[in-house]
Amino acid sequence: MSAREEVLARLRAARDAGAPREAPAPVPRTYRRTGAHAPGSPAVLDLLTERVEDYRARVLRVATDGEVAAAVARCLAEAGSQRLVVPADLPAPWRAGFGGRSVLEDSALAPASVEQLDGVDTVVTASAVAVAETGTVVLAAGAPGQGRRALSLVPDHHVCVVRGEGVVASVPEGLARLDPGAPLTFVSGPSATSDIELDRVEGVHGPRRLDVVLVG
Amino acid sequence: MSTTDLGMPAVRDDSRDTGLPTHSPAGQGHLRGTTSFPRAARTELADTQLRRNLGKATGIIRAKRAGVVAELEDWEDLRLAGSAIKADVMARLPELLEQLEENVTARGGTVHWARDAEEANRIVTELVRATGADEVVKVKSMATQETGLNEALEAAGIAAWETDLAELIVQLGHDTPSHILVPAIHRNRSEIREIFLREMPDVDPALSDDPRALAMAARAHLRRKFLSARVAVSGANFAVADTGTLAVVESEGNGRMCLTLPRTLITLMGVEKLVPTWSDLEVFLQLLPRSSTGERMNPYTSTWTGVTPGDGPQEFHLVLLDNGRSAVLADPDGRAALHCIRCSACLNVCPVYERVGGHAYGSVYPGPIGAVLTPMLTGISGADDPNASLPYASSLCGACFDACPVRIDIPNLLVQQRAASVESHTRPTAQDLAMKAAAVAMTSAGRFRAAEKGLGLGRLLAGREGRITSLPWPASVVASHWTGARDVPAPPAETARQWWERTGGGA
Repeated sequence: MSAREEVLARLRAARDAGAPREAPAPVPRTYRRTGAHAPGSPAVLDLLTERVEDYRARVLRVATDGEVAAAVARCLAEAGSQRLVVPADLPAPWRAGFGGRSVLEDSALAPASVEQLDGVDTVVTASAVAVAETGTVVLAAGAPGQGRRALSLVPDHHVCVVRGEGVVASVPEGLARLDPGAPLTFVSGPSATSDIELDRVEGVHGPRRLDVVLVG
Repeated sequence: MSTTDLGMPAVRDDSRDTGLPTHSPAGQGHLRGTTSFPRAARTELADTQLRRNLGKATGIIRAKRAGVVAELEDWEDLRLAGSAIKADVMARLPELLEQLEENVTARGGTVHWARDAEEANRIVTELVRATGADEVVKVKSMATQETGLNEALEAAGIAAWETDLAELIVQLGHDTPSHILVPAIHRNRSEIREIFLREMPDVDPALSDDPRALAMAARAHLRRKFLSARVAVSGANFAVADTGTLAVVESEGNGRMCLTLPRTLITLMGVEKLVPTWSDLEVFLQLLPRSSTGERMNPYTSTWTGVTPGDGPQEFHLVLLDNGRSAVLADPDGRAALHCIRCSACLNVCPVYERVGGHAYGSVYPGPIGAVLTPMLTGISGADDPNASLPYASSLCGACFDACPVRIDIPNLLVQQRAASVESHTRPTAQDLAMKAAAVAMTSAGRFRAAEKGLGLGRLLAGREGRITSLPWPASVVASHWTGARDVPAPPAETARQWWERTGGGA
């Protein structure tokens, strides 16, 4: 027998031998599947801001898409960034504040090397969805402005633009909007560890600085 | 395509295949220590530094968990859903695994099956060899700890670099893990500083014991490894059957580094880590972070489905591990132990774990869940089996059940495993008989009522002092170990049940 046949045979026998006397009840979906605030509402954006800041990440609120460039420029200036990387399809208007900084363009067809990514200061990306209750921003690899996974990982500073209409209150609402066919990265604050005496320290292997530009 | 021929020599003798539920074979992996729990606990209890470290760390995490759990008004609903989803998974496990395999394969991944720890280690070792690499970076994984993969790789001349900070501390300290989530929970900051100074070649000799400075030392130590690694080995927190998606939940970004940068990714996963659908993750991505690190969400969760051209590993292997899980599944009540999502909340609330730490359990799965899961995975070979003592590593206080995000009735399973432990002995001891009787009595309300009636007799023995200092035969034989060291308070004049019947609840 192959290992596959053997393991499946064992599990079939076990599944039957250990079957409970009563068939399992249907899964009770009585938990909240929508949050208290509507997607994109002012209340949900406020909650997202509070929860992201709680992870010691920074949130810059702007009213319109036209103000994103200025907010991004502020993040870059405050971090002292000189070298940037962006997904090749990052919206052009967001780049207006890059000034004279060097900008590496990355795409799946023309990927930057890991060494190149290690040599840049900041990555600027869009995002797919944000979950307010948990302060989570989700990037879908390959989706517009979100780039390959390595982009938002290797540089030490991540500026992530979140559009208001992509902000939902709860985890179930967030997952419902996501397609697992593409690799997804759920980001809740900068990288952190609690491995030493369970004391939280921000900034380990992933970006040590996370700035969220929230539009709306 | 369902499995891959690796061109491996047919080293496995499959003449022992029975197609029946099978325990994890003795002598493989890290599911069994060398000494019984009471003996090991005695050594650990003498370590006052260990007790201080554990008391501090578990105290912090208990408070954090309580805070974020209280935030969710639907926490109990999430627990009920999590429990029901896992019960459904167990009822359909073979079919769901085949569905997972089909979907991973359709997306360019390759699925392998492993009967036990040695087979899993051999599959991974051959896969690494086939890439030509002589080292791998590793994401923290309980499954690879269980199989002893690092030792197997080392024996094959392949260096395994643990990248999770706590795993790194354990590895550099030539130590063994003592907690599911924070394997170095038994080490404090100054001990960690000493390990880093001794074992990291390029570390600044002026390194302080500030956790931030220690984390930065780990970052510097591993950075080159991440950027140059060609092969990564991970575990998985969840696998989604209907999409073929794998999920890893982590904090530091070491997981993302391993899952993203190398060309080849090998994931070893116990067969029970399935959920049926993508939307089922909405339950577990709420339950797990709040229960484990006490956060609303962990910093990073990565999900991937097979291979994505142009992004991340271009070769993906998923190894599905039995190693005793089929034996656990065959037990109608015990199979609930397979619902465990490895959050470690039960460790952090356990008065026994908090005092003795994880090493005394001998298994990579310590604490309350480890005390039931470990003997169920390995079976109990007899009175001398160190795992025979694990179900007794508990006061049955029930805190573990209250903390469990998927409502595993650990106290009840502990009592059942005590009975199993007794059955495996050739000559039952007095404690065995008492425990066996307790297990029988506690499983039926009628029997429990009958047992309570014996309480009236206890008052006669207690006399005016209200304490029972010794018991007449035959109880003296059964309980002499107990009353030899302590007095037993006299049972009350009536049971709670009798009181309720008499007063109607005191109304």
